[in-house]
Amino acid sequence: MKKRYQRGIRVALVLAGVGIAVALLLRAFDENILYFYTPVQVVAGEAPDGRRFRLGGLVTLGSIEREPGSLKVSFLVTDNQETLPVEYEGVLPDLFRDGQGVIAHGTMNDNGIFVADEVLAKHDEDYMPPEVAEALEKAHGDEES
Amino acid sequence: MWKLFHQFGSPPHFYRLAGYLIPWFGAAALILILVATYGGLVLAPADYQQGDGFRIIYVHVPSASMSLFAYTLMATAAGIGLIWRIKLAHAVAAAAAPIGASFTFLALATGSIWGKPMWGTWWAWDARLTSELILLFLFLGYMSLRAANDDTGKADRASGLLAVVGVVNVPIIHYSVEWWNSLHQGATIMKLGKPAITGDMLWPLLMMIAGFGCYFATVLMIRTRSQVLQRERNTHWLKEL
Repeated sequence: MKKRYQRGIRVALVLAGVGIAVALLLRAFDENILYFYTPVQVVAGEAPDGRRFRLGGLVTLGSIEREPGSLKVSFLVTDNQETLPVEYEGVLPDLFRDGQGVIAHGTMNDNGIFVADEVLAKHDEDYMPPEVAEALEKAHGDEES
Repeated sequence: MWKLFHQFGSPPHFYRLAGYLIPWFGAAALILILVATYGGLVLAPADYQQGDGFRIIYVHVPSASMSLFAYTLMATAAGIGLIWRIKLAHAVAAAAAPIGASFTFLALATGSIWGKPMWGTWWAWDARLTSELILLFLFLGYMSLRAANDDTGKADRASGLLAVVGVVNVPIIHYSVEWWNSLHQGATIMKLGKPAITGDMLWPLLMMIAGFGCYFATVLMIRTRSQVLQRERNTHWLKEL
């Protein structure tokens, strides 16, 4: 019975030690685990200077401009406080549209434009049929007006 | 109470009980998965954003939740085996590892297939994706550590400790989408309030998770029985069988 108790304590101690070590490690690497920077963080100069980083935010409504005859597209990314212009050339994900959350990977150029070579779309955890989404939007609009 | 504990830990008793339960769990898994497949692919409406593409959720979420469940069960069994020196518990842990690894692989693969059209990428070094990949390596590490040791008792103890230590990854996977900015969206089923998912989309998903759970239980019992046969090959009760 005593041996069993000792073994239990030993296993618990090892587990606690590893748990604390991992928690400290994750705290130390907190910034590297952050997947993207928001426009506010970029404007505040928190994003790495002259290096590639990811910019995340919402596509400003009506800001998408496509250049006819090419894959070039430009749009604005906002977090409802700061807004940054983004340029990209390539295929966009299906979910890319006005108001959608996007994550662009690239660099800031000298003109203050974020030149992306990869654009990913982020979606939320809500799933519903289109009719429900419409009804919700309507209810939300009524509430505001 | 202790008597029950010891009786459950006795291999002949488990062998008989599992033999009786396997067909029931197998049948339940089959029925649940078939009904949930019909519910998910035919009855559930298309999503307002992702259209019919969201239906891969009915494979992705059950495999991902089973991968976490399988790991927690394996670590618990290994812990019981280490502390109480119950061989049957180590047999359960050893039997669970390959099934858990398969669920993890399935979750990563379906996530990748889902990510390409919706997010625009097969893979991203995002907190959720990376921690789930580490889970796969933990399963594989546990299995290779077992395979590297010919002595069953030593293999049980070494791999059991790895399984127990690796359990710290389970809460990290679950909370990764809350702790860090990530590409992966937050939890749907566990979310409180707000319409995270409508009822006609939710019930096939929950039923599919239950079906995957029954399937996991079925395969786990079959595999544990074969582990028991191998470990107890020289014992009296087996010769009588």
